[in-house]
Amino acid sequence: MIQYIVRRLFQMIPILVGVTLLIFFLFTFFGEDPARVALGSHATPAKIAALRAKWGLDKPLIEQYLQFWREILTADFGRSFVSGEKLSTVFKQGAFVSLSVTLPPFVLGTILNIAVAMLVSWYRGGVFERFMSVIFTACMSVSYLVYVILLQYFLAYKLDIFEINGFIPGMKGVAFLFLPWVITMIVQFGPDVRLYRSILLEEAKADYVRTARAKGLSETKVMFKHVLKNAMIPVITYTVVEVPFLVMGSFVLEKYFSIPGLGDLLVSSVNTGDFPVIKGVTIMIAVAYSVFNLVTDVLYAAVDPRVKLS
Amino acid sequence: MALDGVKKLPKGDTLARRAWRRLRGSRLNLVCFAIIASYLVLAVLGYAGHIPDFQQQVAPKFSPPEWSKPALWLGTDVFGRSILFKLFAGAKTAMTLGLLVTCISLPVGLFMGSVAGYYGGKIDGLVQWIYSVIVSVPYILLIIAISYILGKGMLAICIAMGVVGWVGLCRMTRAEFMKLREREFVLASRLLGAGDARLIFRHILPNVMHIAIVAASMEIMGAIKAEVILTYLGVGVQDGASWGQMISDAPGELMIGVWWPTVGVSITLFLIVFALNKVGDALRDALDPRLV
Repeated sequence: MIQYIVRRLFQMIPILVGVTLLIFFLFTFFGEDPARVALGSHATPAKIAALRAKWGLDKPLIEQYLQFWREILTADFGRSFVSGEKLSTVFKQGAFVSLSVTLPPFVLGTILNIAVAMLVSWYRGGVFERFMSVIFTACMSVSYLVYVILLQYFLAYKLDIFEINGFIPGMKGVAFLFLPWVITMIVQFGPDVRLYRSILLEEAKADYVRTARAKGLSETKVMFKHVLKNAMIPVITYTVVEVPFLVMGSFVLEKYFSIPGLGDLLVSSVNTGDFPVIKGVTIMIAVAYSVFNLVTDVLYAAVDPRVKLS
Repeated sequence: MALDGVKKLPKGDTLARRAWRRLRGSRLNLVCFAIIASYLVLAVLGYAGHIPDFQQQVAPKFSPPEWSKPALWLGTDVFGRSILFKLFAGAKTAMTLGLLVTCISLPVGLFMGSVAGYYGGKIDGLVQWIYSVIVSVPYILLIIAISYILGKGMLAICIAMGVVGWVGLCRMTRAEFMKLREREFVLASRLLGAGDARLIFRHILPNVMHIAIVAASMEIMGAIKAEVILTYLGVGVQDGASWGQMISDAPGELMIGVWWPTVGVSITLFLIVFALNKVGDALRDALDPRLV
């Protein structure tokens, strides 16, 4: 097991090299020039050159790239070009804000959607299931942004149930977060239930289910003790890999509700050429993504005795 | 070899024909096909110049819907332009976008998946490395970066979504190829002297095509949905009519009581996405070769 984990961690290195090369290539050659953005359109070439020198953008490319790796290995990405703040604090705050937007609806929604999926597969093969499957498809077909706009309009503006937008850190901010939570859960409903339902139905076809019925177990026991337990394996795979993206928050929700999370930070830093922020966020996500993939595989082996890690 | 278990198909009964028979069974599927077809017709008419120009002012600004003229059925926008014609022009943009993205990602995904799954080893490692790198970088970052390279607009988001979009299909194709390359029919034709190219294209690929067809319908849908989000984030379609543009305008319009553009564009977008979703599902069931 330990050997397996160590080997997988080493396999992350080529992927990280690829990610750094891609990001470095895209944003050194094509992105916005951060010095030009920072100084405005009337800056003299001399001033721009001076600022570029201060940020180390005039050094040879290979040196800049090695500097990138030095930053990754020390986990210190320096300061933002735009705000001048230390990135470690910026990321910590941003990740916390993003998580407070995405984590509660993720946990609650997953549990709720599994319950609905169980209900639907319980009544499989009837009118109820056919009706529900049209409903899921319909829920999935509404654009994310349409959900955001209409729910904000009706729930916050017309009915005045929720705060319209804004953000305060800490417990007081919860009032502002309700609407994004509700929206996230509604958006997740269709695709989640559909996925979980197909997993449950796939399991319900298996031989062990027939055996369990044949030995006289009640349908509830079959469902909860056998089908649900086995279905948890694919469910875990699908949910755990989502976790790293929760830290990113949601670009759309954060922009729409003016929430200062990492997603919003990333989009705006691309537009201002804030390379330290881009580098830091991307590397964090890439590492988290690989790590959580590994966690999934380890969990897989932990829940399913048939799976051997090799 | 156990051939007695294989059901003999009636003459002239192809997989496509059987699939069509299964699809025809549900009325909802037929309705969905009709919706997709009519959006495609709208797009073609748009290119042929048979759709009225949406840029023209047809009534005072923000006129509510009325029945007198087709141009006013869905009211007008801030410049007095017909919402209905704008939606038609948006259909052209959306369908073009969906098809272009699919034209990029489908061949790339199939090719990469095929060679990775068929050859295995170093080639497989390389393909896996490429797509692991792509999925590890946040999607939005790649799209924005590519739109900087190519200049914002239609082409940039098409290429960007194509570059990212092949990964899913590639993974599925790869897994399928790894299974199929060990099967008897492949071994048999290899013994008969078939080369790699013949085995890949003539023997294995047709058995994977059902995945590609379903992936194509999902890809078109994904592209149409993504355009809305990207336009809102400021990297989408810049010129011409797009549904994303109309949805981005919606919050401001709703605040002053102008509901018709929002309702119009939401329903237009919903119908095509729903139809593509439903047809994708139906195709998945109908084309599955395991369910003869």
